[in-house]
Amino acid sequence: MILTKAQYDEIAQCLVSVPPTRQSLRKLKQRFPSQSQATLLSIFSQEYQKHIKRTHAKHHTSEAIESYYQRYLNGVGRNGAAPVLLDLANEVDYAPSLMARIILERFLQEHEETPPSKSVINSMLRDPSQIPDGVLANQVYQCIVNDCCYGPLVDCIKHAIGHEHEVLLRDLLLEKSLSFLDEDQLRAKGYDKTPDFILQVPVAVEGHIIHWIESKASFGDECSHHAYLHDQFWSYWNRLFGATWASREMEAACLVPLPDPMVCSRTAVRYLVSSKGKHKSTCHAGILSISGPDARGLLGPSPCL
Amino acid sequence: MAAVLESLLREEVSVAAAVRWIARSAQSSEDDPGEAAALSSLRPLRKEFVPFLLNFLREQSSRVLPQGPPTPAKAPGSSAALPGRPGGPPRGGRGARSQLFPPTEPSSTAAAEAPSARRGGRRRGPGPGRERGGRGSGGLEEGVSGESSPWAGGRRPRGSGSPGSPSLARSDPPNLSNLEEFPPVGSVPPGPAGTKPSRRINPTPVSEERSLSKPKTCFTSPPINCVPSSQSSVPDTSPWGHGLPPGCRSLQEEREMLRKERSKQLQQSPTPACPTSESGSPLPSRTGNLTAEPADPARVSSRQRLELIALIYSSCIAENLVPNLFLELFFVLQLLTARRMVATKESDLEPIPGALDSLESPLFQSVHDCVFFAVQVLEHQFQVLSYLDKGTLKLLAENERLLCFSPALQGRLRAAYEGSVAKVSLAMPPSAQAVSFQPETDNRANFSSDRAFHTFKKQRDVFFEVLREWEDRHEEPGWDFEKGLGSRIRAMMGQLSAACSHSHFVRLFQKQLLQMCQSPSGTGGTVLGEAPDVLSMLGADKLGRLRRLQERLVAPQSSGGPCPPPTFPGCQGFFRDFILSASSFQFNQHLMDSLSLKIRELNSLALPQPEPSDEDGESDVDWQGERRQFAMVLLSLRLLAKFLGFVAFLPYRGPEPPPTRELQDSILALRSQVPPALDVRALLQQGLRARRAVLTVPWLVEFLSLADHIVPLLDYYRSIFTLLLHLHRSLVLSKESEGEMCFLNKLLLLAVLGWLFQIPTVPEDLFFLEEGQLDTFEVDTVTSEQGLDGMPVVDQHLLYTCCPYIGELRKLLASWVSGSSGRSGGFVRKITPTTTTGLGAQPPRTTQGLQAQLAQAFFHNQPPSLRRTVEFVAERIGSNCVKHIKATLVADLVRQAESLLQEQLVTQGQEGGDPAQLLEILCSQLCPHGAQALTRGREFCQKKSPGAVRALLPEETPAAVLSSAENIAVGLATEKACAWLSANITALIRREVKAAVSRTLRAQGPEPAARGERRGCSRACEHHAPLPSHLISEIKDVLALAVGPRDPEEGVSPEHLEQLLGQLGQTLRCRQFLCPPAEQHLAKCSVELASLLVADQIPVLGPPVQHRLERGQARRLLHMLLSLWKDDFQVPVPLQLLLSPRNLGLLADTRPREWDLLLFLLRELVEKGLMGRTEIEACLGSLHDAQWPKDFSEELATLFNPLLAEPHMPEPQLRACELVQTNRGTVLAQS
Repeated sequence: MILTKAQYDEIAQCLVSVPPTRQSLRKLKQRFPSQSQATLLSIFSQEYQKHIKRTHAKHHTSEAIESYYQRYLNGVGRNGAAPVLLDLANEVDYAPSLMARIILERFLQEHEETPPSKSVINSMLRDPSQIPDGVLANQVYQCIVNDCCYGPLVDCIKHAIGHEHEVLLRDLLLEKSLSFLDEDQLRAKGYDKTPDFILQVPVAVEGHIIHWIESKASFGDECSHHAYLHDQFWSYWNRLFGATWASREMEAACLVPLPDPMVCSRTAVRYLVSSKGKHKSTCHAGILSISGPDARGLLGPSPCL
Repeated sequence: MAAVLESLLREEVSVAAAVRWIARSAQSSEDDPGEAAALSSLRPLRKEFVPFLLNFLREQSSRVLPQGPPTPAKAPGSSAALPGRPGGPPRGGRGARSQLFPPTEPSSTAAAEAPSARRGGRRRGPGPGRERGGRGSGGLEEGVSGESSPWAGGRRPRGSGSPGSPSLARSDPPNLSNLEEFPPVGSVPPGPAGTKPSRRINPTPVSEERSLSKPKTCFTSPPINCVPSSQSSVPDTSPWGHGLPPGCRSLQEEREMLRKERSKQLQQSPTPACPTSESGSPLPSRTGNLTAEPADPARVSSRQRLELIALIYSSCIAENLVPNLFLELFFVLQLLTARRMVATKESDLEPIPGALDSLESPLFQSVHDCVFFAVQVLEHQFQVLSYLDKGTLKLLAENERLLCFSPALQGRLRAAYEGSVAKVSLAMPPSAQAVSFQPETDNRANFSSDRAFHTFKKQRDVFFEVLREWEDRHEEPGWDFEKGLGSRIRAMMGQLSAACSHSHFVRLFQKQLLQMCQSPSGTGGTVLGEAPDVLSMLGADKLGRLRRLQERLVAPQSSGGPCPPPTFPGCQGFFRDFILSASSFQFNQHLMDSLSLKIRELNSLALPQPEPSDEDGESDVDWQGERRQFAMVLLSLRLLAKFLGFVAFLPYRGPEPPPTRELQDSILALRSQVPPALDVRALLQQGLRARRAVLTVPWLVEFLSLADHIVPLLDYYRSIFTLLLHLHRSLVLSKESEGEMCFLNKLLLLAVLGWLFQIPTVPEDLFFLEEGQLDTFEVDTVTSEQGLDGMPVVDQHLLYTCCPYIGELRKLLASWVSGSSGRSGGFVRKITPTTTTGLGAQPPRTTQGLQAQLAQAFFHNQPPSLRRTVEFVAERIGSNCVKHIKATLVADLVRQAESLLQEQLVTQGQEGGDPAQLLEILCSQLCPHGAQALTRGREFCQKKSPGAVRALLPEETPAAVLSSAENIAVGLATEKACAWLSANITALIRREVKAAVSRTLRAQGPEPAARGERRGCSRACEHHAPLPSHLISEIKDVLALAVGPRDPEEGVSPEHLEQLLGQLGQTLRCRQFLCPPAEQHLAKCSVELASLLVADQIPVLGPPVQHRLERGQARRLLHMLLSLWKDDFQVPVPLQLLLSPRNLGLLADTRPREWDLLLFLLRELVEKGLMGRTEIEACLGSLHDAQWPKDFSEELATLFNPLLAEPHMPEPQLRACELVQTNRGTVLAQS
């Protein structure tokens, strides 16, 4: 399922300052019935993360923390069963899980002598039963299960999606009888940074020579694309096929597929397929779609050797 | 000196004798006694003759070549009083040519004996003043006024006319500021009518600066074409005039001004070809008038004199008495293409009767004279010309003046042009662009710590990031390397703490350097981009033309004149700037070490030995490959040496030589103790002995070209220069005999050496200084019969790649044709020399000498391809053999090691003991098996080689030849493989076992049991189960719904819940997509779901309204969950969460409280053995800490007291299931 740039923009437009809740997602689904929930969730999540990155700092000033904490205390003082924390987060336009973290941290600071370590906080967020205060535990739990963009459960879902699509990709490669080395094998060889798969024999897809494949189970918007390019793909390039001349070409090539068609699928998965041709100038990267377990086998036009 | 010339002109002395006299100090028996007598009186001046001659010619030509590309030169001045007068109107672009040699010698030079020298226009870059730079213009500083008239001074050998008193002359340096002695150029000296006009170039402000030996910043010198014709205006009005504060005269600014000036001129002049002297000159300048005066052989004046001087000049060139062959050729071509004579006084143009044989009258009285002289010299130099590239030959052959003056020469040139068929593109095959990850050297095992490994990982990325940014931006105006990247580079270097990290980084750096800069396109800084692809789409016929066009477009316009200073073009600039910006001592040191090592390695690389050339042309094909290999090695060496020189002399590089003798002496004393970064002298000596000068000298020249001013004065390097000078002198091109160096090899060496002698840091006098010792020089090369020198390893392509400045000749000629500056386009003609070289008898190297000799003999009679095939096969099979042994024998041993280790661990318990000890034990058991490697290796080679040889040799190869070839291949492959294996097998096994041990021990880690238990999905599974991520997401939604807040219409149907649990079961049974974290979360979510069920908190969407789940449905769902927990989860399920205060709290909030589901669940848990009774007790116990509503606590106590009151079994060690069984009845009863 391919999403055009226009469609993508439309969806992104709807997501401006929408709280990351089940309800928001439901509305989104009603608005865009032709898109899968996973796609919408992935776009939602990414847009929301961008939003949080922009506004993160203002929620972490000591004044803000103090005022949130006071509001929380007042709220639960009135009614401990009401969704105080969740409402607070929605009201100030911040992710519920992150708000829960702020309040929990503040709470622990007040109740324990030593400032809480990060791992303690994380562990309490993963299992709110460990939180010494019952009311707070419930509030935190409520935030976490109601947050569809942040929190340990969402992290786990993302991780699971990533893993699943690596498996799908591996199946696909096996099915196409493409010989490859996976990450573990490469690591055993001593590579420091490796993509998910290196093809032992390059293939051509849509006219581009593909050397390695990295599975990114997330929606491929420009922003995340750039981030991945910077964090990972250049590193592969630097190690595997040389990059020095490729910079412009690679960037261009990476961006070209984005506006139209933009690729997405039921599970909002993206494979970035990168390649380098014989000549330094013919470096391309393309984004190919794979459509979840119900439509496996969609690695572009069938690769030819 | 003039006396010598005059005696030649008067035919008192024959040219041959004179040249002999110049070249050798001793008189030969052939000399006529009369001649000998005439010359012997001049003996002390012998070594000054050549500089004198060169200066003389330049001076004489100054009127003809007031503009146009300058002829740089560098020779010590001998004709002391070549007068010029400051303040007079300058003549653009002439300085280079017309006044090269200062009349005095620098008092500071150690080489006080030598005549001083000045540098020519080769240094023109930053401004006109450079031409007059060098210490030579010390005249300005010393300011000793000459009393003699300018003309008289001119005749004295730098002194002066009195041959016996050079010292006098030396003590009598002329004063450039003296208007009397150095009248303005072009002005008529106030001397008697018969005297010559002095053609001294006037110092300009910039030159003043140069004269003070201000920075000769070679790296910033722009190419010659960028330099306008310098002093085109009178000093007062010139933008770099005296009026400027000294600070403004930095080279940078000068250049900027020159650029502006240049662009102005370009706008004015339709033909920007030659930098022209514009206004300011009182002489009839040729501004705007570039129509060449036709040259007519009939109008040549004093033909005889010109012929004679041409002969002497040519002989000097032929004997390599001039520092730079190509510079002289350039000068001659300038004369050939002189456009018109600058008019001077009538009397100058009139040949003076009776003065023909003297130097009294100007040598070149008209353009005709110049052309005649040039053609004469070219005739003598035909041999060199014939080796130039095809484009140059074409331009020469088509030169109408040449045709007019010497049809014979023109015919020969045309023939040479037509005969040169080998066409080679300048573009080399593109090389790889980035250094790939090298598992052998880059993996973790090569780093001291994880940290170092990760640091290097990051550095690699930063390095390439920096490189990419440079690629993208360095051509942008206003972009500055240091500003843009400096801090990032230093931050990166700062992370390189461990010495080992430095070496890793340096290796990366060096490899990248070689990859990027080796090809000419790299050095030229041009990236061909898409071109190869575009070209390959076109037909083959158009391809060549397009490629030529492309080259013309991408080729730099000029490499910076015939003698450009050393630069770092293109990508090299990145690496230079990187080193400068990094400014890391450690990095530099490691880089030097690494470069030195690589240079040594490449320098001693055994390059292919010549093979008898076959008539079938096959050998020629072979030679292409071997030449290519040589070229690659040579270019790599030059690059490495250049950077080694750069880094090694970096700390000493200063803008100028030390100002005083004392300072210089103290620096010398200090520096002479510093050992050289690389013992280049030894390498040079070896190279000369082994007759590999053609490989060694070019890179040595690159190395030395980056030396600082002091280096040539150090004893160590001085001796190197002496060696090089001797070599230079010995490379007489016309000598062609057995054992001589090939012509193009010589030409390459002459070109690079000539270039070196013009480098600003090399003392001007050096070339002429050592002359006296030449006779003692005999390179003892007789020892080795055959070295690289005697092989045609150099072709025009390589020559032009190494010495792009030779291309200036062609540009000069092209600019004559077009009237505009020539472009370096086209491609280089490639001549395949027909020299055949005999196979050098190789002394047997190994103990199996006879066998080896037999093999040699066998190959000797076979086509060379056979040998190459056999060697190739042997090389590959040997290498494969090693890999095979690694993959089979060593891998087996590693497996054995692993199983042994497991046993060990079982017997010794989990700790397994000290890993180092374990490793020792294992190795001592396994390493002896390594001995099998040799046998197996032998078998492998025996089995594989013959087939490969057979497949690669022609079908028609005779059986005997084939079997011999096979046997040799087997032997060589075995030798190679066994040599490696016997040396390395133990270490290899050790290393692999060590890796396996640490792997196993790590795997032994926290939960070995869990690992073993994990099951995959069943064989029949088709992996169609829902994805774990989907399930987590779905369950999360249910949880969210239950926890609220929710809308009134929200809820789940019991069917949906059942379906969900069913799917969970499927997913847990198909483990294809399940990863442990996902499973853990699923487990946790399922427990939370159970809690909600127990507390009856799940809003069910029913037909009428939202309502609670029916009891029966809830039990069914709980049963499903119980069975999932019992059978399907493979991770521990956190069932204790059921009794956590938070989840029980859910129950506390309900009214009336429903306990039966919880009790049911607990009972089932105990029954199924999922939870022990003690476990439940512990959970319940901890509940007391929590604060509950009072009634809840009471209820809790009532309900669970029976459970807690159960008699405690005395068995904490009893397993949960046993406990359950024994207590089953009671639990049931309680519920």
